[in-house]
Amino acid sequence: MASFDSTFLDLGRLDNLSYNDTIIHRIDPRAKLLVTVVFIIVVVSFPKYALTSLVPFFFFPILMAYLAELPVGFLLKKLLIVSPFAVFIGIFNPFLDREVLVHLGSFDITGGWISFGSLILRFVLTVGAALILIATTSFPGICNALDRLKVPRLFVIQLMFLYRFIFVLTEETLRMVRARRMRSFDKKRPGIKQFVQMVGLLFLRTLERAERIYLAMCSRGFDGEIRTIKRLRFTLRDLLFLSLFIMLFAVFRFYNTNQILGNLVLQVFR
Amino acid sequence: MSHHIIDLQDVHYRYPDGTQALSGISFRIVHGEAVGIVGANGAGKSTLLLQIGGTLLPTAGSIRIGEIVLSKKTVKEIRKKIGFVFQDPDDQIFMPTVFEDVAFGPLHLGWTLDNVEQSALKALEKVNCKHLKDRPPHKLSMGQKRAVSIASVIAMDPDILVMDEPSSNLDPRSRRQLIQLLNTFDHSKIIASHDLDMVLELCERTIILGEGRVAADGRTRELFSDEKLLAENGLEKPLSLQYQRLRVAK
Amino acid sequence: MHMADALISPTVGLTFCAISGGTIIYSAKKLKEEANEKIIPLMGVLGAFVFAAQMINFTIPGTGSSGHLGGGMILAILLGPYAGFLTLASVLIIQALFFGDGGLLALGCNIFNMAFWTCFVAYPLIYRKIVKQDSQPTMITFAALVSVLAAMQLGPFSVVIQTLLSGISDLPFKSFVLLMQPIHLAIGLVEAVVTAAFIAFVRKARPEILQAAATSRLLAQIPIRKVLIGLGVVTLLTGGILSWFASSHPDGLEWSIERITGKSEISEPVKGIIPLLGAIQEKSAILPDYGFKPGGPPQTDEMQADQSERGEAWPAIASGTTVAGVVGSVMTLALAFLIGFVFKRRRSKVR
Repeated sequence: MASFDSTFLDLGRLDNLSYNDTIIHRIDPRAKLLVTVVFIIVVVSFPKYALTSLVPFFFFPILMAYLAELPVGFLLKKLLIVSPFAVFIGIFNPFLDREVLVHLGSFDITGGWISFGSLILRFVLTVGAALILIATTSFPGICNALDRLKVPRLFVIQLMFLYRFIFVLTEETLRMVRARRMRSFDKKRPGIKQFVQMVGLLFLRTLERAERIYLAMCSRGFDGEIRTIKRLRFTLRDLLFLSLFIMLFAVFRFYNTNQILGNLVLQVFR
Repeated sequence: MSHHIIDLQDVHYRYPDGTQALSGISFRIVHGEAVGIVGANGAGKSTLLLQIGGTLLPTAGSIRIGEIVLSKKTVKEIRKKIGFVFQDPDDQIFMPTVFEDVAFGPLHLGWTLDNVEQSALKALEKVNCKHLKDRPPHKLSMGQKRAVSIASVIAMDPDILVMDEPSSNLDPRSRRQLIQLLNTFDHSKIIASHDLDMVLELCERTIILGEGRVAADGRTRELFSDEKLLAENGLEKPLSLQYQRLRVAK
Repeated sequence: MHMADALISPTVGLTFCAISGGTIIYSAKKLKEEANEKIIPLMGVLGAFVFAAQMINFTIPGTGSSGHLGGGMILAILLGPYAGFLTLASVLIIQALFFGDGGLLALGCNIFNMAFWTCFVAYPLIYRKIVKQDSQPTMITFAALVSVLAAMQLGPFSVVIQTLLSGISDLPFKSFVLLMQPIHLAIGLVEAVVTAAFIAFVRKARPEILQAAATSRLLAQIPIRKVLIGLGVVTLLTGGILSWFASSHPDGLEWSIERITGKSEISEPVKGIIPLLGAIQEKSAILPDYGFKPGGPPQTDEMQADQSERGEAWPAIASGTTVAGVVGSVMTLALAFLIGFVFKRRRSKVR
């Protein structure tokens, strides 16, 4: 994992993006959430050796990133530093599955390499879709969407609190980490004992904060029952966004659009 | 209706660990009055505010807000009358967007949704923060946070505003804006602070606390000119009064 | 370790989303019955606390490498199983969105692997069994160590199972287990030591917190029977839904069962359903596989005719059509830019 500062700043940058105002940011969070989930399910529903058939799906992230004016370089960098578990597991495939599936000239390509390639495409598409979702939808918006989609309110509300206080607490932690760094010249990171002391201190402060927040809630009429305002309005535009993309994914899934489109073009030029 | 909107009679409080924080506090605050509460650290300011907010109940003596005597049963009623602004806006603003936070109070008082929305927007307008309504709190400046936390309280239309160190951590300009803002409110106000200059500007009357008792209660300007009284209670003459004297001397 | 979208099939992903989602609904209901108002802000803030603590790296003694906290068991101990589960699930949601850890579909798997085992198995069945009202500090430390280690072995094991059932990775069961479990024994050991040290710290600084968690009505022990029934339901659900899809996925369940048991036969009860489902599947084959398919026998043009009934299996892709495919891909992506361009131009005109 990267250093605390860079992780913290990355988090803030992604969060900042989500409050921009573009045509995509203005779409109802429910529509964006559903489209993203359907996208991911369709992408992973391809069989393990699917390679070229996954390519058309880049249509979605590219269009979204473009319309939402997202910094593509930043998102790609985030993709690279994401937990490499999938790639780590996938890299075994080429060694295990050595049956030759494709001959490209004198090159023999084994099933393992194809399934590994497919896995990389899946990885980029699915993680990319999740990152684009949060870069185009504010987290409170996602919480509102979950609330309206009947996720238990208690869960949603503490998800909201979690988001709210992540920024308060990480900032507090950042100050502690920096203060420690200034006083220790030889060691870059704390040892376990020192770590537990730091985290312990943070915990005690957090408990006190929880107590004060509870008081603040009580002094504003909280009685155990959480109420929320319904602020979302699902418009025709949102419906269009939702249905068009899902239809598109269906076409990509059930028809070999590459082949059809390619043949069409080649025929025209012939 | 009683004209005395807050009435404390011989209030004592001892913390469970045995610390005696308040030992016999009595005062009355009438409608529309702005009262500063000052005193050294540990004089009992915070404890007193927690009592008025109903968080702690006096171990002896009584607190009356309007017609209601504070007790476990009446805490909820009393909290509707008192708008409590906490010292750290990061505790006060707990919802993930400004609008949702300001609407929290009205919503939980059981108002109709239309009323909730209206009063929230009105409160935000009052503190000049309507344009911030969809922002998350962590993207606000300290001054904005303070303003929003005040909005979240006045949206509930309280009779009395109770504020704990409202000017702490503010840069000079934000502090100035806050003072101007608070001067436009006609609520009764109780302001606990170490910022004596602000108290001087906002409050006609001041109560000086010392060791859990009322050390002095009177007109702010008079009390703050009494250097002996201030020194006895670990306080210093506000800069604006010192400066005045210098000017006179010249 | 986070399970990733890229490694799972939709069936496995959705099944575990259903399991974790159900557990979230159940836990929220249980917490509501408890009616402890203070728990709501406490959960949110402690979630943020664990999140912040996870971001601090520390040095692992003796190795010089860096580690960081997971914090699952800490949440379970401080908040009890239900609130702990919900809080941990929330932390995982934030990680999936902001850090791309895992993915949205794999969220169900991740919540199950990390939060479920910790809060509903390791905590109630190990930690709570060892720690009693008047337990000695050494006993509490011991309990924290053992329960964290157990959770950190169960989690990776279910990662293995989920991966095998999905059939994207070629790793055989045995090597996968041998790969995962020892690594997580090491990771788990560090997590266990940190957790135990942290609990010891809390016990000294704020003993009443642990006391409150220990005496609360809801946080009291979860009966083993209930957990076992729950796990049974999970198994049945997983097995049932997966076998439903197995017939359409030659690489899926059968494949992994073959690897696990060493033979390709499926046990009796499942056998009854599969032919029936297979028939339905054939009639309503909704998911044509037009990727490269492993052909089995050596693939020559003459054998094309015997290839699977689905038209676009691998041998159909001759070099000529490959060109068409590449051109098509390029076209699709160019179209994305074009649409974006048109939309933006229109919008700036409106402005």
